[in-house]
Amino acid sequence: MAFSFVKQIFNRFVREFFGSRKDLKLGLYGPPNSGKTTLANKICIDWVGEELGKVSPLAHETREIQIKEQISIKSKDGKELMFNLVDTPGIATRIDYEEFLKAGMSEAKAKKRAREATKGVIDAIKWLDEMDAVMVVLDATQDPYSQVNVTIIGNLQARDIPVLIVANKVDLKKASMKKVQAAFPQYEVLGISAKYGKNVKELYEKVFELVK
Amino acid sequence: MKMVTLQLLPYTEIEGLSSIGRIRKLLNIAKQDKIVLLQGRLRKEEETELIKVTMEEINKEFQGIELAVINPANNQLSGFQKLKNDMIGAVLGDRQGLTIIGPASVVKAIKKDPNKIELLTSEKKKRKR
Repeated sequence: MAFSFVKQIFNRFVREFFGSRKDLKLGLYGPPNSGKTTLANKICIDWVGEELGKVSPLAHETREIQIKEQISIKSKDGKELMFNLVDTPGIATRIDYEEFLKAGMSEAKAKKRAREATKGVIDAIKWLDEMDAVMVVLDATQDPYSQVNVTIIGNLQARDIPVLIVANKVDLKKASMKKVQAAFPQYEVLGISAKYGKNVKELYEKVFELVK
Repeated sequence: MKMVTLQLLPYTEIEGLSSIGRIRKLLNIAKQDKIVLLQGRLRKEEETELIKVTMEEINKEFQGIELAVINPANNQLSGFQKLKNDMIGAVLGDRQGLTIIGPASVVKAIKKDPNKIELLTSEKKKRKR
């Protein structure tokens, strides 16, 4: 843990003094099934013309860190920003392979998925130190007070990494922006629908503010 | 009827331990199918380390944990109350609040909102007649 702290300081030093804007890492973090990969795909399709990863209604579809390098976006006033987009596996405190069995997977496949999912969570946590800015993607239809959300955001704050909270799935009736805002009053929360592209243009403008 | 055991852990029991020692102590209790009620909270980086270690230990018998930290909600206070709360926080440090850690096999979910906490335990798979 002491090593991790030293690494954080070192990374921040390197970022500040030698950091080049094209190496900027923008991370997508959040619990499983909040729509991180759907958002990553939307960003990649809008600016690169191809998707980043597969999406699924079943949790833990993304089990490895996925990176799309050198995405260049433009703001309304013509500014340009280049970054590497890092899509991370959903962070969870429990992984039960029986849930995958219930979804119709064979026992071997379910066990493999659970094993890969646990490794994915560990990798996502390890990558926290590498990020320059993070969008925490939450499912606006779910309880925002989940400890995983609080832990991710608290850790980013402790590491001094800029955070934008993205409340995804606002196209759904059950979505509550108010609840997400009430849970994290010290942060700006942007409601989007990554699936239908709602407010995604606003999100690009926020990315410029996030990394300035 | 399923028995649920709650183990109360005063902050003094983890105070002198290293970060990994604290995590091990909490996780070992949870792995005995007990729900830990810890006075106070772990440090932010210890919380992520707890998740990491939990993931490393998941197997057929141990499916992980449910975790919740209840902290005095500072953002709901104003003026003098907030100042008072900040001063108490400065004195007590990580002793403030309450941490609940339950094994995923026993605790299905912990629902938290600023004023209440609901602990949903797992249903029994088979009922004895």
